[in-house]
Amino acid sequence: MAKLILLLLKCILFCGTVYAVFEDQVGKFDWRQQYVGKVRFCHFDGHMQSSKKVLLATESNVFAALNTRTGEVLWRHVDKTGPEGNIDAFLQNGQDSVLVVGNGRVLRSWETNIGGLNWEVVLDSGSFQSTCLVGQQGTVKNVAVLKKTAISLHYLSNGHQKWIENLPDSDTVDYQTVYSGGNGEVYVLGVVPHSHIAVVAFSVDDGEILKQSSVEAPWLSSIPESCQIVDQEMLICVDSTTMSLYTLDLTLQLQMNQIPLQVKNVYIFLLCGITPNPAKQPLSEFFLQLGPDRYVLLQFNSGQIVMLRDFKPVCNAFSKQHFSILTFRLQNVCYSPRLQYFNASTINLYNAETGRRLLDTTLIFTMDPNGGKPERVTFLKKDDSVGYRVMVQTKDHALTFIQQPGRVLWTREEALSDVLTMEMVDLPLTGTQAELEGEFGKKTDGLMSMVFKRLSSQLILLQAWIAHLWKLFYDARKPRSQVKSDISMENLSRDEFNLQKMMVMVTASGKLFGIDSKTGGILWKHYLENIPSNAGFKLMVQRTTAHFPHPPQCTLLIKDKDTGLASLHVFNPIFGKMSHVTPPALPQPILQSLMLPFMDQDYAKVLLLIDDQYKVSAFPSTKYVLQQLQEMAPTIFFFLVDSSQGRLSGYRLRTDLSTEQIWEVILPTEIQKIVSVKGKRPNEHVHSQGRVMGDRSVLYKYLNPNLLAVVTESTDLHQERSFVGIMLIDGVTGRIIHEAVQRKARGPVHVVHSENWVVYEYWSTKSRRNEFSVIELYEGMELYNSTAFSSLDRPLVPQVLQQSYIFPSSISTMEATLTEKGITSRHLLIGLPSGGIVSLPKMFLDPRRPEMASEQSREENLIPYAPELMIRTEWFINYNQTISRVRGIYTAPSGLESTCLVVAYGLDIYHTRVYPSKQFDVLKDDYDYMLISSVLLALFFATMISKRLAEVKLLNRAWR
Amino acid sequence: MSRHWIGDTLASDGLEAEFNGLSVPLEHSFELDDVAKFQLRGSLMLKTGREPSVSLNQNQLSEEDRTKLKEVAAVDGLYRIRVPRVFLQADKQTEWQTEGHLTAFVRACAMVESHLSDVITLHTDVSGYLIGVSIVTLPGACRGIEVEDEVDLEVFNTTLSIMAPVNAPGPETALFIQRMEQEFEKKGKNPQEQKSFFAKYWMYIVPLVLFLMMSGAQDQSGGGGGGGGNGGGR
Repeated sequence: MAKLILLLLKCILFCGTVYAVFEDQVGKFDWRQQYVGKVRFCHFDGHMQSSKKVLLATESNVFAALNTRTGEVLWRHVDKTGPEGNIDAFLQNGQDSVLVVGNGRVLRSWETNIGGLNWEVVLDSGSFQSTCLVGQQGTVKNVAVLKKTAISLHYLSNGHQKWIENLPDSDTVDYQTVYSGGNGEVYVLGVVPHSHIAVVAFSVDDGEILKQSSVEAPWLSSIPESCQIVDQEMLICVDSTTMSLYTLDLTLQLQMNQIPLQVKNVYIFLLCGITPNPAKQPLSEFFLQLGPDRYVLLQFNSGQIVMLRDFKPVCNAFSKQHFSILTFRLQNVCYSPRLQYFNASTINLYNAETGRRLLDTTLIFTMDPNGGKPERVTFLKKDDSVGYRVMVQTKDHALTFIQQPGRVLWTREEALSDVLTMEMVDLPLTGTQAELEGEFGKKTDGLMSMVFKRLSSQLILLQAWIAHLWKLFYDARKPRSQVKSDISMENLSRDEFNLQKMMVMVTASGKLFGIDSKTGGILWKHYLENIPSNAGFKLMVQRTTAHFPHPPQCTLLIKDKDTGLASLHVFNPIFGKMSHVTPPALPQPILQSLMLPFMDQDYAKVLLLIDDQYKVSAFPSTKYVLQQLQEMAPTIFFFLVDSSQGRLSGYRLRTDLSTEQIWEVILPTEIQKIVSVKGKRPNEHVHSQGRVMGDRSVLYKYLNPNLLAVVTESTDLHQERSFVGIMLIDGVTGRIIHEAVQRKARGPVHVVHSENWVVYEYWSTKSRRNEFSVIELYEGMELYNSTAFSSLDRPLVPQVLQQSYIFPSSISTMEATLTEKGITSRHLLIGLPSGGIVSLPKMFLDPRRPEMASEQSREENLIPYAPELMIRTEWFINYNQTISRVRGIYTAPSGLESTCLVVAYGLDIYHTRVYPSKQFDVLKDDYDYMLISSVLLALFFATMISKRLAEVKLLNRAWR
Repeated sequence: MSRHWIGDTLASDGLEAEFNGLSVPLEHSFELDDVAKFQLRGSLMLKTGREPSVSLNQNQLSEEDRTKLKEVAAVDGLYRIRVPRVFLQADKQTEWQTEGHLTAFVRACAMVESHLSDVITLHTDVSGYLIGVSIVTLPGACRGIEVEDEVDLEVFNTTLSIMAPVNAPGPETALFIQRMEQEFEKKGKNPQEQKSFFAKYWMYIVPLVLFLMMSGAQDQSGGGGGGGGNGGGR
């Protein structure tokens, strides 16, 4: 019986095989990188000697632990985006981490070893102000959360609320800080700006108000910015107008004592206190920031303030001693990297009590010259060890982990968690290939020299081939695992099928990356300083690698979204180096940019920029280009979209590089607003002009390269009256080709526009579900002008077919696959909020799907209409490699027609290849070369032998 | 979709009284220096209401304009038209007009070579605002054919229509369910197909399973039986 059960189990196991990817192909063609985002709070997990973790809470609402040895993510929790998942505060106690999330909405405690949730409590509503751990008799048992009108105390062990108390006079007093010194009292400090400080002391045990008082402080406006608690319940505040410190004893609460400071030319004042343990009182030492990079360490000693040391750090960090041994008592230390020549930074540790530098703690490390300046440091020094570890965060969101003495253990580029736009650029040819190419490219100079050139290049080729053979032989002897496949700048070259490309990624922090698409390794990075925080980026490839010896060239248009002012960054996408070509200065706000298909004499495509005066400037703007532009001016059209006024307008270039408006379409903004305008991708190829129908006639596609899909959403959001509008406009003539309205629908709308179809996804408010709709355009049974397409000469309106479907999930982003020649069938790549990427065949989104299958539709391979699109598990191209918060999908063709390269980016980055029509042009991995060659050989010999035999037989017959 | 067109515009004078809608000017411009100078071409009679319709009453091209149009066509200039933005659903006359114009263009040579045969389409949005105008000529190409201006460039031969957005279809669940039910009924009539997989093939499956059990018991290795069992199970 047991055998039978075993057998049945086996049957089930075998039946449930996943078809999407073979097990041995996992990670072969794809890779994923996980990121956490810009760090907001950071703690070393120091409660255990052997701990190898650093805990991070980031601005991307991620709470994660990194392995300090390798920098890998040990575990990661991704919360909701936006303010709902915002991490307000992060407190660390032993192996528990307490987080306040979503403006005081939720209080969570995490177990840091495995990243499990200990408990979670939903807090009462109210805007979050501050939180602190509350200790008593040396142990921390509670956490206090201060809100606008109330304070609550929770047990650390289970999150239960111990007590909650309303704050007195909360309508006039702005309570900002909560503090506990570990003696059974919780102090809440509030301020009435420019009037007085309110101090309320609660009992930890039952929340009873023990003391309540107000102290005059007319100069004070905000407590967290200018006050700090030091020593034994001593509040120290700084007043930057009178340049003096004020002290207030919280236990007595009489009045503030003024201590004037002897400083001149004060820049700003900022106070930093040093708190070793939440159960204990803070130190009597504190920092005062006097300038952008000047700190002084002060000591408060029985009413007197003593200066211990003057620092000039770039940034600093404070640490707490995790348990106190007398010999290392209060070893609280500070760090100060100084930027020296060639970007070397030094870190020193100081004793906080005395201000003296600790011996043998100087650490020098070199910063990446293409990175940003350091912004924040965190360090951990264990008591029994001499060495210590530092994590430095730089302005470009990179995390560098350094171990004494100056050894960089790892670097994480957290800027990649926020990729805004990207391009894939072909790698250059190898030196030898380029040599050959160059031979044909150059002008002829005599017969003899040509012969010599040819001979020399052949020799080089031979040499390269021998070297290749030798390498093959050498590698074959080594075990497979030792064969290095790492890639560096030197051996970057295009592979046989152009499957390996350079991914140029632009991130929100202004850092550019060049990533090898095969391995995911970062080959170059470049940090652009002075990028406005709300910048919009547009990356364009001006010259590809195909024009040796001219280097490839990418141009990044950086536009400040508020002012419209823009700048250009021109660089080489393979090496990341800034180009020697100086980009033009752009004094006027830029409205539109467009890449023209024609090139200058150096094979760089011409970029046109239109400013707010509707004047056009070209880059590069050589004489040749300007001359070309003059000739082509009447055929250059462009459009502008002003969504605030609902205006779409078309312009034509004039020979003097000014423009004239030629068409205008205005959508009243009180009815609907334009949410997106999508054209077609310029590098898209359509292989087939039409579709063969069941009766062998041809239905021609309407392939207008200038077609724009304009999506609008109604301003009225009532679920009965809201709608989504879709309009197809010719970008040259402004002619509205089709205008449709999806009633009782709402955004966000995702659109893909390609070939002769537009696919969009919306939320149906009536049925409360996500729906897909597809529009296809056909010219009909005959083409109007089959030789060339001109928007100016297409008087007939195309046939429009549309069909809609139900989709079982909401989606994050959508893109269509792209292949070299467009022969391969198309798939839609849909990023789901669950982290999966679905490759949905376009075949399922076909408005010609019939209600009832007929003979003709079967001939045409049309699937009968079904209103629901199922998501099949084998359609997930990223199997179990979840991609958090997919924001965009980029597709690029490869050298193989069957293969499309896909990059999905969001919090994570994922790269893979997809084969929409299977690998029709590739032999399988396990193809039996031996068999086929042996069969061939055998056949060859068989023919030889039989030929011989036949000859003998013929001879014999002749003799007879 | 509501699409009304009025084939010829010559007989429109008498109709004016019948229209309880509004009349807006249709202006055109064709200049040698391509700086738009709009002149009245005709007037559009727009009938407001649920199903808007439109008709056109337009003038002939003057002698002067005809030569100018041919000259503009010779330098590949543009022939532009414009209509004011209007709101077709408004009850009061004062609410019709809004700021600005909607413009469109066609190549002047196409206008000449098509002998002034143009197709003008007015587009409205859901609530009846005029949002765009488009003009094409039939035929649309410029081939450089000589045109006798007296005969062919006098009268506009305009096809005019007004188009409102179409309602995009939603998923058609009702029809699909109906079809499924029909198929289900068809199946129900055929009781032989109702039998389950096991019920139909038990006589093959049971001996196979037994055989596998026996062979498995003999050589004590369950691994060999798995593949066969799988084949049987399917």
